[in-house]
Amino acid sequence: MSQNREAAISRRLPTASLAAIGLSLMLVTGTSQADSHTGKMELSNGSIIGATCMGCHGFKGMGSGSIPRLAGLPKEVTAGKLMAYKSDALEGTVMNRIAKGYTDEEIQAVSEFFANQ
Amino acid sequence: MSLSRRGFLKLSAAMAGAGAMSATTGCQTTGMMAGRKRVVVIGGGFGGATAAKYVKLFDPNVDVTMIDGKASHTTCPFSNLVIGGLKDIDEITHDFTALEKRGVNVVKGWVTGVDAAARTVTLKDGRRFEYDRLVVSPGIDFHYDAIEGYNEQVANSAMPHAWQAGEQTLLLREKLEAMPDGGTFILAAPPNPFRCPPGPYERVSLIANYFQKHKPNSKILVLDPKTKFSKEPLFREGWTANYGNMIEWIGGDFGGGVTKVDPDAMTVTAGGTEYKGDVINVIPPQKAGWIAHQAGLTDDSGWCPINTGTYESTIHPRVHVVGDACIGSPMPKSGFAANSQAKNCAAAIVAMFHNENPPEPSWVNTCYSLVAPDYGISVAAVYRVEDGKTVSVKGAGGVSPKGGVNAKKEAGYARDWYASIVEDIWGS
Repeated sequence: MSQNREAAISRRLPTASLAAIGLSLMLVTGTSQADSHTGKMELSNGSIIGATCMGCHGFKGMGSGSIPRLAGLPKEVTAGKLMAYKSDALEGTVMNRIAKGYTDEEIQAVSEFFANQ
Repeated sequence: MSLSRRGFLKLSAAMAGAGAMSATTGCQTTGMMAGRKRVVVIGGGFGGATAAKYVKLFDPNVDVTMIDGKASHTTCPFSNLVIGGLKDIDEITHDFTALEKRGVNVVKGWVTGVDAAARTVTLKDGRRFEYDRLVVSPGIDFHYDAIEGYNEQVANSAMPHAWQAGEQTLLLREKLEAMPDGGTFILAAPPNPFRCPPGPYERVSLIANYFQKHKPNSKILVLDPKTKFSKEPLFREGWTANYGNMIEWIGGDFGGGVTKVDPDAMTVTAGGTEYKGDVINVIPPQKAGWIAHQAGLTDDSGWCPINTGTYESTIHPRVHVVGDACIGSPMPKSGFAANSQAKNCAAAIVAMFHNENPPEPSWVNTCYSLVAPDYGISVAAVYRVEDGKTVSVKGAGGVSPKGGVNAKKEAGYARDWYASIVEDIWGS
């Protein structure tokens, strides 16, 4: 099953990159409503976990006010923070409670997903 | 059906300027259009709108039609801020424009029938839609008959429930504004399971905040059939810290369950005692939304049994139920949970269309409640599948620490959470 998933992820990589390019174009050219409504999201373990993060961190992890942006953050930065919340090395509010729900592998997968947004 | 097909074609043509990718695939040949998979979604709330958006996001070549009786959705989350006078109803009302721009065919109409064998959905006006997969996200309906003297007409006049946001929210707000200082507000809380477990307690918190500023001699009474409630220690601590003894809670152990109301006398009866209120908010026992019953998707509990992860009905194949209407336990019936469930459901549907294994399901629920405008509390949980069942991951989740140490910060997060989730669902 996990092999299937990896195959599925690699097949979708070009689309994910396209979406990332579309997003960065949108950021460079300012807010274009039309651009923000196109694109595709990969179907992977990272995107499924990432999609739940968007409930607070905003669509594609764009952030909102005091809730940090995750989109485009280097994978190591996000993963490092999540691991620190998980071990309580970093004290947050709700994130210590949430980070403990994921395996190290899942943390890597979701961090990679947001790095590509 | 031919009408809706033409509708899809017209939509694809309209999208040509906005989305090159979808326009190219959409306009190629009618043969390709005929081969496109069709998802119909009933409901434009947290579950339905998320499902519509994320099916389209995971595979833009799926034709998605979302049907709602209204042209916009007014959210139950943050409706307590409208009731407490902290927000305007427009700020919690979201239209479906962004979903249309994404290529979702948004249809305004009332669904009156689902034919699971023929795979069609019929509207009151006679329009009919065919589907390969149907997502039903109708929210809740009420057991009006569970409380003597209560019914829909009473809810729309003397004693609103305000548990479906919109007109009901405004009705309760108007009554609170009209209430004289020194009056009594009574909230009759519902039994489990119900939409938004911390909701009634956040509501009385924000009404207390309003009273404190404008009607400081008023009292609040919560009559509750339950013996405990969501985030109870945190709410109690916050009530004392912010409002002294303005809020009184009578639980099930002390006969708190309301069994009878008299809208003319403005009284409610609980545990054999009659209580008189100036404003009375009755939140009745609940069940899945009307169409779920009509479509035969409910069991004896009044809610919809579903398969773990895919949210496919265990009663009707190719029909998925997400949000408050489904039996999603151990997840609560919350907007956040509906959003999380709908994403997993959308992923499963798209994967099935491609004959692939869906990704491993994964869910989060994070519920913020405002005890006061600058005093927030939260409960969170992470869920995964173990032995074919959804379980709350041990060692993760839980509630805010006591002592209000993070209360100010979490009040800010609560507001930013709302901005994020509505953007995720009805925004870009």
